[in-house]
Amino acid sequence: MSDETIASDELASTESEISTETDPDSDTDTDTDSTMVNHTARDDERATATAGFETDESTVGETIIESREISVWYDDNQALTDITMQVPEHGVTAMIGPSGCGKSTFLRCINRMNDLIDAARVEGELALAGKNVYDPDVDPVALRRRVGMVFQKPNPFPKSIYDNVAYGLEIQGVDGDHDEIVENALRKAALWDEVSDRLDENGLELSGGQQQRLCIARAIAADPEVLLMDEPASALDPVATSKIEDLIEELSQEYTVVIVTHNMQQAARISDKTAVFLTGGELVEFDDTQKIFENPEHQRVEDYITGKFG
Amino acid sequence: MSDELGLTRQTDTAPRERIARWFFFACASASVVVTLGIVVVLVLGAVDFFRATAVPLGSAPEQTVPFAEYLFGSTWSPGGEPQSFGLLAPLSATIMLTIGAALIALPLGLATAIYLSEYASERNRAYLKPALEVLAGVPTVVYGYFALVYITPAIDAVLPIDLSTFNLLSACIVVGIMIIPMVSSISEDAMSAVPDSLRQAGYGLGATKFDVSTSIVVPSAVSGIASAFILALSRAIGETMAVAIAAGSRSVLQNPLDPTAYFGPNSPITAQMINLALGDISARGPAYRAMFALGLTLFVVTLLMNLISDLIAQRYREVYR
Repeated sequence: MSDETIASDELASTESEISTETDPDSDTDTDTDSTMVNHTARDDERATATAGFETDESTVGETIIESREISVWYDDNQALTDITMQVPEHGVTAMIGPSGCGKSTFLRCINRMNDLIDAARVEGELALAGKNVYDPDVDPVALRRRVGMVFQKPNPFPKSIYDNVAYGLEIQGVDGDHDEIVENALRKAALWDEVSDRLDENGLELSGGQQQRLCIARAIAADPEVLLMDEPASALDPVATSKIEDLIEELSQEYTVVIVTHNMQQAARISDKTAVFLTGGELVEFDDTQKIFENPEHQRVEDYITGKFG
Repeated sequence: MSDELGLTRQTDTAPRERIARWFFFACASASVVVTLGIVVVLVLGAVDFFRATAVPLGSAPEQTVPFAEYLFGSTWSPGGEPQSFGLLAPLSATIMLTIGAALIALPLGLATAIYLSEYASERNRAYLKPALEVLAGVPTVVYGYFALVYITPAIDAVLPIDLSTFNLLSACIVVGIMIIPMVSSISEDAMSAVPDSLRQAGYGLGATKFDVSTSIVVPSAVSGIASAFILALSRAIGETMAVAIAAGSRSVLQNPLDPTAYFGPNSPITAQMINLALGDISARGPAYRAMFALGLTLFVVTLLMNLISDLIAQRYREVYR
């Protein structure tokens, strides 16, 4: 990592501190942003040290998801072996690897969707914003309310477009103007212009790409900290895929996006960090995307990236 | 041209193939023919009932019943003097029976289906499903006896109401219990057909199991559940034996929305037909022919309900693919 990067990062953090001090009511700041900024401001005395640590970790932000030796078994088959990695806040972290390497399994560890599979057993720790989500006092339902998820196949509910987006708000009992929240979510998902005049139409009547953007709107409506995406574009045509990719880059300004993809070009295009999982459920390499694709540490990763196998 | 390999042999027209085809066709047609036969008999009988026939020489003029009097008459007394055949009396009992049975079977059946489809472990399902099938297999006459001998005295002992020995309430309860398996098994099929990806989407948004069951699975399976309700209710309307035993033999026009009306006897269309068939009536009299009119009425009602059920299934069929 170059000194230049450190400098610019410190500059950025200083700027945001100033902006909160001079304009504390700034509406453009989202909840997550202001939390982070406040945190930095509180630790002002140690700011230099913290900033140095941050930049060592990532160019994007502080660690929000920290996995420590996560292993997963389905009955007696081990699907993941001792995964240790730190996902930075904001930005896009991609997980790539051949089929059956456990990348989707890891994604489902983050919001404990694996709990729904009787045969699955998880060991290790996975901290979200400092709290181990596998602690006995963590309610997986409460966890999933802070972590949005988008699936491989678009899966809108057979309800109206509006009700699809508002569903999370309703079950979570979110206060506020739902009409406004729904509109905002649809705008962020780049779908508003296409559906604003037919919000009461069934979500299943949209095209595949629109359905997937509807699912993204649904996932972000309740304002989660993290957005998990399990090959969100694999069932879509190239045009719809590129829309989803643009959208992911857009969303990463505000959310931490963790995306599983089969498509290495996609990972190279949109992600800031890349984790390479290889057969056997191992995390072989995790680094800045550019480093992974240009100069990986491991021969196996290079072989995979260059298409020698997988 | 030579045909050493026998390639031109026509197996399709061989006698065995032809006979088999006709045999299977005949079997398949049998049910259709029987249904048509029943409809014809019902219609002819009913037409007789409504139309004055030529009076044979030397006999008394035959009594006939005008269509309007049948449809809108409020008194049913085939053995009385004068005789009177007002459909509204047994129809009111049928409507009451349907409402009462629905109040019991729809919530219980739906809840059972939700449990089976969403909550039950494999082991519990393995016990509960056969138990429900047994419930569906109990002869209806046993249900009627059960209502008369156990349910009526039990309600009488527990609730401070004046319950007759024969009453519609106990009939509603047993018929409701009787159709629970039908509601639950068809509804469960519909819920099991809801793609798992929708449940995953719900859980991913932080829904609880209850949220997923009630606000995703049930609405997504609504067409199948509605069909289950209607089919079960048409079964309730057609139910005869249990009602004939439990609800008495007298038909009176009552207001189905008045709860106290359920405490007394009131015999619906089906049970009234049994009374006519077993009663001391002349094979040529209007009371005999009234059976056909009632039968046709019942047939039309259940046919309509099945059509509605089909219509709902088609209209609200969700397209998931």
